[in-house]
Amino acid sequence: MRVDRKKKGAAFIEGDMTPMIDMTFQLIAFFMVLVNFADADQNARIRLPSSELAKPADTPLDSPITLQLTRKGKVIFAADEVPVSGLKPLLLRERQVLDATPGKSASKATIVIRADREAKTGTVQELIKACQETGFERFALRAKQQEGSS
Amino acid sequence: MKVRNAGREDKVELMMTPMIDIVFQLLIFFIMTFKIVAPEGDFNIKMPLNAPSEGLPDDNQLPPMKVRLRATASGRLAGIQLGQRTLPDFKALQMQVRDIVGDDRGPGSVAASTEIELDCDYGLRFESVIDAITAVSGYVASDGQNIVKLIEKIKFAPPRPES
Repeated sequence: MRVDRKKKGAAFIEGDMTPMIDMTFQLIAFFMVLVNFADADQNARIRLPSSELAKPADTPLDSPITLQLTRKGKVIFAADEVPVSGLKPLLLRERQVLDATPGKSASKATIVIRADREAKTGTVQELIKACQETGFERFALRAKQQEGSS
Repeated sequence: MKVRNAGREDKVELMMTPMIDIVFQLLIFFIMTFKIVAPEGDFNIKMPLNAPSEGLPDDNQLPPMKVRLRATASGRLAGIQLGQRTLPDFKALQMQVRDIVGDDRGPGSVAASTEIELDCDYGLRFESVIDAITAVSGYVASDGQNIVKLIEKIKFAPPRPES
């Protein structure tokens, strides 16, 4: 059978792009609002203990330094992963930076401890002791908000 | 005045393809970097080194209440003691603390002047410590929203040797 397309002319269907672009922009806006670039201090290996009283703080901590303690007892500090016994040189370096900054000091800084829920308490205490010996006094034990509590 | 192109409609077509390309790239970037993070909170502890030896003792400061947490060989919680009293669970610990502290709040109150010292076995899992701190530091009121604070001064006893 012979079909003569030329007689009918080229059918050019132009889809309406407006709803798709609207939706795409809305999706972008949604993800932009929820994106969290500040989670560099949150290591996925650390499974925090949960607490019904753990609520995000209203005011930011003063000079926070985050130390993450794995289940195996290793400390993740910035990009380094060291045992608790090897933490002091890193903390001393941090203290020197704080002391050299006007208005800041090690005694005012807060050490945020993100310890795994299965980490040994003795290791956490050793970690706190290492910080104390370096001149840090304030500590914040981090826990995640318990599911179901608002 | 005579307009040269009067009556002739010039239809300007926008090039949508590059914009859609970029928009989709942005969308993919945000989808890939999106991560649902549970809200986190802190329990503040102030533990200066050798604090008891510094300065004169505060008259309002009561001696710290000792909470002893014992662990099994695997690190699970084996027992809770508040002073000499053995408690079955953290709920009972919280009730004891609520009885001691009472409803009085503010400066000079029992809640403000009492300190808790946590004495834990070396191998105890950290989650039990957080449970203990939760029990002694407050509770969620019956309305389910507000937090009633109990004891905020919490410290650790010197670490026990690893068994």
